[in-house]
Amino acid sequence: MHLLITGGLVVDPAQNLEAPRDLLIVDGRIAAVELPGAIPSEGREVLDAAGLVVVPGLIDMHVHLREPGEEYKETVETGTRAAVRGGFTGVASMPNTKPVNDTAAVTRFILDQARAAGLARVHPVGAISVGSRGEALCEYAELKAAGCAAVSDDGRPVMDALLMRRALEYARTFELLVISHAEDLHLRADGVMHEGPVSTRLGLRGIPAAAEEVMVFRDVTLAALTGARLHIAHVSTAGSVEIIRRAKARGAPVTCETAPHYFTLTDEAVCGQTPDAALNPAYDTNAKVNPPLRTAADVAAVQEGLRDGAIDAIACDHAPHGLLEKDVEFAAAAMGLIGLETSLGLSLKLVHEGILTLGQLIARMSTHPARILGVPGGALTVGAPADLTLIDLEREWTVAVNAFASRSRNCPFEGWQLTGKAVAALVGGRLVHQELDV
Amino acid sequence: MELRRKDLLGMADLTAQEIGLILDTAASLKEISQRPIKKVPTLRGRTVVTLFYEPSTRTRMSFEIAAKRLSADTVNLTVAASSAVKGETLADTAANLQAMQPDVLIIRHQASGAPHYLARRLRCGVVNAGDGLHEHPTQALLDLLTIREAKGRLDGLKVAIVGDILHSRVARSNILGLTTMGSRVVVAGPATMLPPGLTALGAEVTHSLEEAVRDADAIMMLRLQLERMGQNFLSTLREYSTHFGLAPRHLGLAREDVIVMHPGPLNRGVEISPEVADGPYSVILEQVTNGVAVRMAVLLLLIGER
Ligand SMILES: [Zn+2]
Repeated sequence: MHLLITGGLVVDPAQNLEAPRDLLIVDGRIAAVELPGAIPSEGREVLDAAGLVVVPGLIDMHVHLREPGEEYKETVETGTRAAVRGGFTGVASMPNTKPVNDTAAVTRFILDQARAAGLARVHPVGAISVGSRGEALCEYAELKAAGCAAVSDDGRPVMDALLMRRALEYARTFELLVISHAEDLHLRADGVMHEGPVSTRLGLRGIPAAAEEVMVFRDVTLAALTGARLHIAHVSTAGSVEIIRRAKARGAPVTCETAPHYFTLTDEAVCGQTPDAALNPAYDTNAKVNPPLRTAADVAAVQEGLRDGAIDAIACDHAPHGLLEKDVEFAAAAMGLIGLETSLGLSLKLVHEGILTLGQLIARMSTHPARILGVPGGALTVGAPADLTLIDLEREWTVAVNAFASRSRNCPFEGWQLTGKAVAALVGGRLVHQELDV
Repeated sequence: MELRRKDLLGMADLTAQEIGLILDTAASLKEISQRPIKKVPTLRGRTVVTLFYEPSTRTRMSFEIAAKRLSADTVNLTVAASSAVKGETLADTAANLQAMQPDVLIIRHQASGAPHYLARRLRCGVVNAGDGLHEHPTQALLDLLTIREAKGRLDGLKVAIVGDILHSRVARSNILGLTTMGSRVVVAGPATMLPPGLTALGAEVTHSLEEAVRDADAIMMLRLQLERMGQNFLSTLREYSTHFGLAPRHLGLAREDVIVMHPGPLNRGVEISPEVADGPYSVILEQVTNGVAVRMAVLLLLIGER
């Protein structure tokens, strides 16, 4: 099968390319990348990408697909459908399912479901500890052989520093990445939002920035000690960005990600988004997330971290919850929001606002996540799998949660006007999403 | 003369004019409570539901008496926290309440924002009788009325609020209400009990009880929840009462006509010495009387004109 994609602006940070190119796909792989018109179109299916940007398929390295166990929130199928609609051809699925993905059997089940769905590639993340209980190490070699790209106890931290050290060393043995959910549970206590003037005003218990930062510092220190590859998930504070920046400068084997909500929203979002929000707090449970939305200074620091490379990747921490978990009083609500279908649109704001170049953005949403996870994709070089995303940078659209492919609706961006959208996605040369003509 | 709002959720929502209106109305209603037959027919045929998720005999009774003096029908629901956990959700409760068609719902809930949640779903008025750590607006209104009666005004006064500000919805509502009315508020307590951003709410912050009460027109002592000790917000009651308990010697620092307030119930000998609580500067019982008047005013202004 031959597919020719013509007329697009190819942006591929992996080969430092940002120029008009035609792409030939043969048998699910990229067969040629040439100047426009250089590849003959006779006898080939042609996809006209004029006016569009063609990038290596976006990869979100932090999503919760909820299957097995909480299929009423999301399944591998609905989650990967949301992914491809948002332009993601690959996702890393966190292990806090029911049961926890701490064995090869669960990993294989998730991969089977992903194959059956036939949408985005799924890279399961196995658990650091059995049941993510923070007591005993999982079988990392077996998890890796079954297809795990990394290990993490995401959803909760590894509170025991010695266990974290052992996990890093043991993971290093099998060349597995460790992803840290950095949170000190003692400091978090019963907090439900960022600790600051807004939590005081709303009478909600606070989670100080330090609850994240002390654990980020602990874990980068342990990465330096063990030489193991560490990735810090969902960085949300200025302090964390600075700790990671310094650790990298000293050569620690550390990478990290942040999520669109951390460079877009502040803790004021908990008050609701009406004009008189300050006077009439709405206690928006869709803005309840862990780590919590922080201050304007943190938002600025996260943006700067993305710009200067202290932060390697954008991952949305897609965390579906139903009404059962969200249509309740704020303190009782579950933490998390869905992001796969808004991530690119929100991230493109950074490009429109001149904070990132388009190439830098694609590096953080494709090239870097692929490299960090060690999975295929993230490049449009000849021979690479034909995972691509076609983006219309000018397409204006309004976030409407009821039109989402995700099974859940817990999104704080309802009604937002965004500019730029993934209008097609290909996985292994197969068109898995397209809304080219509107 | 009416309050053009469906709900009373917090002092943060109220303008100085609205607060003035509630206080004036309450002052005029106090007379009813002095009559031999303490009842007017104003709210006859109206239904007032109290829904309390936290035990509070005082506040619930105060609302109930207020409603009865205006001839409203009252229904009291107390939900034990345990049955709420395994039982129906707040959304279920809202739907059930709506079906009973009350005119006003008075809710106390351990979760900040629970009254706002119900107010969005119910057609009837919702009065916040205390939500989590957030607000307790009728307590602040009765405190404002008590201070205004004693001083003749609210603007230009210095009011000290002392104790566990972090866990106090009474403190939040009073800071907001007093500063809206032009008072200067100084809060004092150990740093463990002072949340960040109090200055953004309009208060001045100190760790010294002496500094807070110096030249104060009113001193508001907060109840210390004894379980805070187990959570290491303080070391011992002995040390707490030495540094943050109001004793007769402190009153000499304040203005001559200072009043001493407490939302009750008191921990005598912890945050307030018995001599002060029962002494000539104490207005603690006036606060209770004013509580009924303020709640009558709120009910009247919310549903009296409908
Ligand atoms: Zn996490």
